[in-house]
Amino acid sequence: MTTTSRWRALTHHQLFWPVAVLVVLLLVNIPFTPDFFSIRMSDGHLYGSLVSIVLFGSPLILVAVGMTLVIATGGIDLSVGAVVAIAGALACSYMSGQADQNALSGVLLAMGLALLAALVCGLWNGFLVARMGIQPIIATLIIMVAGRGVAQLITDGQIITVNSEPYKLIGGGYWLTLPFSIFVVAVVVAVTVALTRRTALGLLVESVGGNAEASRLVGIRSRRIKIMVYVFCALCAGIAGLMISSNTSAADGNNAGLWIELDAILAVVIGGTSLLGGRFSIGGTVVGALVIQTLTTTIYTIGVPTQTNLVFKAVVVIVVCLLQSPKFRAKVFGTKGRGRATGPAETAAVAEAAPKMEVSR
Amino acid sequence: MSATTQSRTAPDRRTTSKTARLLGDRRLPVLVTAALFLVMYIAGLSRYQNYGFAEPQVFMNLFIDNSYLLVAAVGATFVILSGGIDLSVGSVIGFTTMFTAWLVERQGMPILLVIPLALAVGAVGGFLMGYVIQNFEIQPFIVTLAGLFLFRGLCLVISKESISITDSSVSSMAQAQVSLGAGFLSVGAIVALVVLAAAFYVLHYTRFGRRVYAIGGNEQSAMLMGLPQGGTKIAVYTVSGFCSALAGLLFTLYIQSGDPLHATGMELDAIAAVVIGGTLLTGGSGYVLGTVFGVLVLGLIKSIIQFEGTLSSWWTKIATGVLLCAFILIQRAMTARKKT
Repeated sequence: MTTTSRWRALTHHQLFWPVAVLVVLLLVNIPFTPDFFSIRMSDGHLYGSLVSIVLFGSPLILVAVGMTLVIATGGIDLSVGAVVAIAGALACSYMSGQADQNALSGVLLAMGLALLAALVCGLWNGFLVARMGIQPIIATLIIMVAGRGVAQLITDGQIITVNSEPYKLIGGGYWLTLPFSIFVVAVVVAVTVALTRRTALGLLVESVGGNAEASRLVGIRSRRIKIMVYVFCALCAGIAGLMISSNTSAADGNNAGLWIELDAILAVVIGGTSLLGGRFSIGGTVVGALVIQTLTTTIYTIGVPTQTNLVFKAVVVIVVCLLQSPKFRAKVFGTKGRGRATGPAETAAVAEAAPKMEVSR
Repeated sequence: MSATTQSRTAPDRRTTSKTARLLGDRRLPVLVTAALFLVMYIAGLSRYQNYGFAEPQVFMNLFIDNSYLLVAAVGATFVILSGGIDLSVGSVIGFTTMFTAWLVERQGMPILLVIPLALAVGAVGGFLMGYVIQNFEIQPFIVTLAGLFLFRGLCLVISKESISITDSSVSSMAQAQVSLGAGFLSVGAIVALVVLAAAFYVLHYTRFGRRVYAIGGNEQSAMLMGLPQGGTKIAVYTVSGFCSALAGLLFTLYIQSGDPLHATGMELDAIAAVVIGGTLLTGGSGYVLGTVFGVLVLGLIKSIIQFEGTLSSWWTKIATGVLLCAFILIQRAMTARKKT
C-alpha cells in the first residue's frame, strides 16, 4: 500500500514525466551506440555523448529559461532568435576590428556591448507589451523580423570569423575538465531559481500571469514585472548568442539561432509550463530543453536520416499538446471525471506518456 | 463593405471630436496604407525617373513578383480576421514547391494532375490544423507551429536537394503573358487577382464572411448568437491551407524549382502584410483590400531597394520591421480610443 502511494506521489510530481521521457530517450541510444554513456578523459577534458548533449544544449537551456518567465506572465517572446543573432554579430564584429583579439579587455567589452544590445531589445519588447499594451506575439514579432536584418547589417551580410582564445572559452572551452558553458548555464539557472523561489518574485510573476489586472489591484506593479521578464529573457538570449558564436568562432547574421524561439517554446511546454501563464517550472524547462537536444542527438546517432528531425519534432509537439488538452483526453480516454479528481498532475502525466512511444519507434 | 462600416461606426457618434471620429473609423488603417503606397510610389517616380520607374510595367511587376505573397496573405487575412494565427504558411509553400517538383520531375506526372493534388494536400493540412484547434482547444499558435515543423520536415523527407523543373508545359505556363495594353501580367498575377476578388466577395457578401468577422470580433457572443463557430473556424484554417498551397504553386511557377528551403519565414511576410494592411491582430476588423496594399508596400520596398542599387537586401527586413511597428502603434491608438 505504501509503495503504491509513494509511486503515485512520484508519478504525480511535476517533473516526473519530463524526466521519464528524457531517461527513455537516453536509453534508446544503448542498442545503437553501446558506449553512449561512457565518458572518457583526454587532454584533461571530459568527452562523451552526455557531455556533448549538455554542451550543445546549453544555449537552448538559457533561452528556454528566459522564455519560461515570459510565458509565466502570459506572454511569449518570438524575438529571441534575432537577439541571439544580434548579440553574436555585435560581439564578433567588435572583436574582429581589434588589433589583438586575445586581449581580455577587448573580449569583455565586446561581450558587454552584445549584452547591452540584448538589454535594449528586451526593454523595447517590455515597453511595447507592458506600456503600450500590445499583444506579446505581435510586439516581439517586430524585432523577430527587423532583428535579423540588423544582425546582417552589423556583419555586412558576411560571416565574420574571429580568432580569440578568451572568447572561445564561453561556448567551446573547458574549465575544470567540463565545458565552460555548463558552468554559465548552471549559474544562470541557479540565480533564476534562487530569485524566483527564494524570494517573492516568482509568486509575483505567477500572479501577473494569472491575472494582470487583479495583480495590479492588489498592488503588484505588473508592468514593471512584465518589463523585467522581457529584459531577462533577452539577456538570456544574448548570452546564448555569445555561446553560439563563440562555439563556431563566427557570427552568421542569417542562421545563428534560427528557429531557437520555437525550440525554446517547445522546451517550456514539454517542461509542464502552461502557455496560458500563471504557473511555471524552471526545472521542467531545463529538462525539456535537454529532451529536445537528446532527441536531436539520438536522431544523429541512431542513423535516422537527419532530415526527418523536423518531422519527429512536429509529431512530439502535436502529441504533447493533444495530451495536454483536457478535451482530447476526455474524448479518447473518457477520463473526464477522473481527470477532474486528480487535477493538473494527471494532465502532465498523460501529456508526457506518448512522446516516448513515438520516439522509441 | 460599406454596410459594415456604417453599422459598426454608428454607436461612435457620441464622440464628437473630429480626431476621435477619424481614429474610430475602421477604414483609417487601409487609407493610411494606401496613402503610404502612393507616397512611396511618387517618391520612387521622382527619384528614379531616368531609370524607367515610370514604366507601367514596373507597377505590373509588383503583382508579378509578389503574386505568391498576395495569395498567402489573403489566406492569412481570413485566419487573422477570425482572431487566430497561422504560422505554417511558409512551410506549406515550401512543401508545395517540393511536392510539385518531385511529382512532375521524378514521377513524370502531368502538371494538370499535380495542381489539384497539391491544392488538396494544402487544404487537408489546413483542415486538420483547424480541426485540432477547434475540437481540442489548443492555441492556434502551437498547432500551426507544429504544422510549420511538419511541412518543413516533409520537404526534407522528399529530398534534401533542390529539384529544378524542366518540364515544358510548366515553363510554357510560367512564361505565358497576358497583355494589358501598357504592360503584361503573368499567369500567377492573374490567379492572385482572381483569388483576391473571390476573397473580397466571400468576406463581404456571404454568410461565411460575416461569421468570420463575428467570431473574430467576439467569439463568445458569436456563439450565443447561434453562429456555427466550430465549422467556421475549421473552414478558415482550411482556406488558409488552400491559399498557402496555391501560393506554393505560384511560387513554383515563378521560380521553376522545388527546394526544401524555399519560402522560409514567409509566414512573417504574410502576417506583416496583413498587419500593415490594417487588419487588427485581435481579429474582427480589417479588409482584404488593405492586405493588397500591405503586399504592394512590401513589394515596393523591394523594388525601390533594387532601383537604389547600393542598398543591401537586409534593408528590406529592417524596413518591414519599422513599418510593422508603426502600424501596430496606429492600431493601438485606434483601439485605445474606442474603449474610452
